[in-house]
Order: sequence, then C-alpha cells, then structure tokens
Amino acid sequence: MNGWRRRGGLLVGTLSEREAGLLRGMVGQIRDLLAARVAASPHDELAELTGIIAGPTTAPTDRVLARLLPDFHREDTGLSGGLRALHEPELLAAKAGVAGVVLDTCPARGGRVRLSEEQAQAWLTALNDVRLALGTVLEVTEDMPDELPPDDPRAPHLGVYHWLTWVQESLIQALAGT
Amino acid sequence: MTTPVELGQARVDPAVDPVTDEASTEDRPWLTIVWNDPVNLMSYVTYVFQQLFGYSRDQATKLMLDVHHKGRAVVTSGSRDKVEIDVAKLHGAGLWATMQRDA
Repeated sequence: MNGWRRRGGLLVGTLSEREAGLLRGMVGQIRDLLAARVAASPHDELAELTGIIAGPTTAPTDRVLARLLPDFHREDTGLSGGLRALHEPELLAAKAGVAGVVLDTCPARGGRVRLSEEQAQAWLTALNDVRLALGTVLEVTEDMPDELPPDDPRAPHLGVYHWLTWVQESLIQALAGT
Repeated sequence: MTTPVELGQARVDPAVDPVTDEASTEDRPWLTIVWNDPVNLMSYVTYVFQQLFGYSRDQATKLMLDVHHKGRAVVTSGSRDKVEIDVAKLHGAGLWATMQRDA
C-alpha cells in the first residue's frame, strides 16, 4: 500500500495480496463479533410484532465489544441502559454495514481498490473499528513505541496496528483533501 | 382528538415543580462530551467533528485539541433528545462519547 489518492471523484489505493488478506480477515472478525452480539439478544415477541428491535440494556462484557458499543452516560446506569436498548441495534447494523462495504470492495487477492466518496467514508469507519479492537487487545497507550521488546507477546501484532494507523491516516488526508 | 406520542421522549412536561422549584434543573442543557482515548487519531477526530456537526476545520481542530490536552471536551449541547442523537452518531464513528446534564 502506497497510500490513498483522489482520482477524479474516486479514492484509489493498491493493496498487496497479504495486506488485503490481513484487512479482510480483521474486518470479517469484527463483523462476526457484532453478529454474535446481535444473536445473543433475547427472543422478543413484541419486536417481531412491531418490527422495532430493542437492544440489550447492559454493556457487553467482552472488552472489544464494550469499546465499540460504549455507554451513553458515565454514572447513570438506568439512563445508559435505556438508551443502549434504543440505539444499539442501529449502531450494530451501521458497523456491520461499513464492514460489509470493505469486504465487498477489497479484492481478496489484493490489487487496485477504487472507492466512491461514500464507500471511502465506510472504509474510514471500518478501519477505525478495527484499530479500536486491536488497540484494546494490545492495550495501546498514547506513547506507544514503534516497536515493543522482542519478548513482549504483543510485539508481532503491533506492526499490524501501526500499518492500519498509516492506512487510515492516508485515507483521511485524501478525503479531507490535505 | 389526540397527538402522537413523541418517540424516545418519555419525560413529563418540565414545568416548575411548585414544591421543589426545580425549573432551574430542567432548564440546564445537556452536553455531549468526547473523552480522550489512545487509539483515535487526531486527524480522524477533527474530521469526524467537521463531518457530523458541520464545524469549520479551525473549530474542529480546537475541540480535538481540547480533548487531547484536557482529556475531554463539550462538542455540542442542547435538549436531551438532540444530545442523545449526537452521542449515538459519535459512537457510530468510534469516538468515546457520553452525555450529561450541565453542572
């Protein structure tokens, strides 16, 4: 990947086969994680009748899901629970949607990627979700070094995180036109 | 004749309570707070503020720097319903946002 560029109305970049495989794998995992959260929702007879789906009122116990689906209020658990039930289904659908755009537009064997403005926005959000997930598991801090000591089990994965950061930063610059 | 119930608004009319005189409590606006986190990029946070709330690049950058340096910033304020929607949008973008009543 040499970064994203604007070409006419499109955002264009090239991924190697390895990069495409890596990205598709991680985005697919996020989508599976989100789908598991949806599937864990209790069967709701009322929702089937009205078509209005209420989400769970409690935050996920999984730390990655908890970061992707934050509380609405820091102290008021009642308020947070009510708003979670109201908004979480839509949030899950939106996140699954942007993951789907990446999986639909990123060639499995790598190569040129051409994105409309809307697709590029979806990539931006999906890349951010993957970084949030990986950053949570890696316990990233603001002053994270470029490399960790070789005996740190996180060391080989930090390079992937930094690569994702670079791909996202490049896409922001291309989108913002700077 | 009746009027439809406004969805998502289960509150009673925020009129002055004659006993506790709580009009001031009800009048306090709600705030959308964005918290600092170690993953979201400064450029991304600025871009999201511009995209979601229509801020100029300068305004968005100032808010992003407040988040970065002070640990948090108020990015919008208003009625509970408005702020609730703003927080939901920020969650969609992956920012760590909460809402609270102005102190």
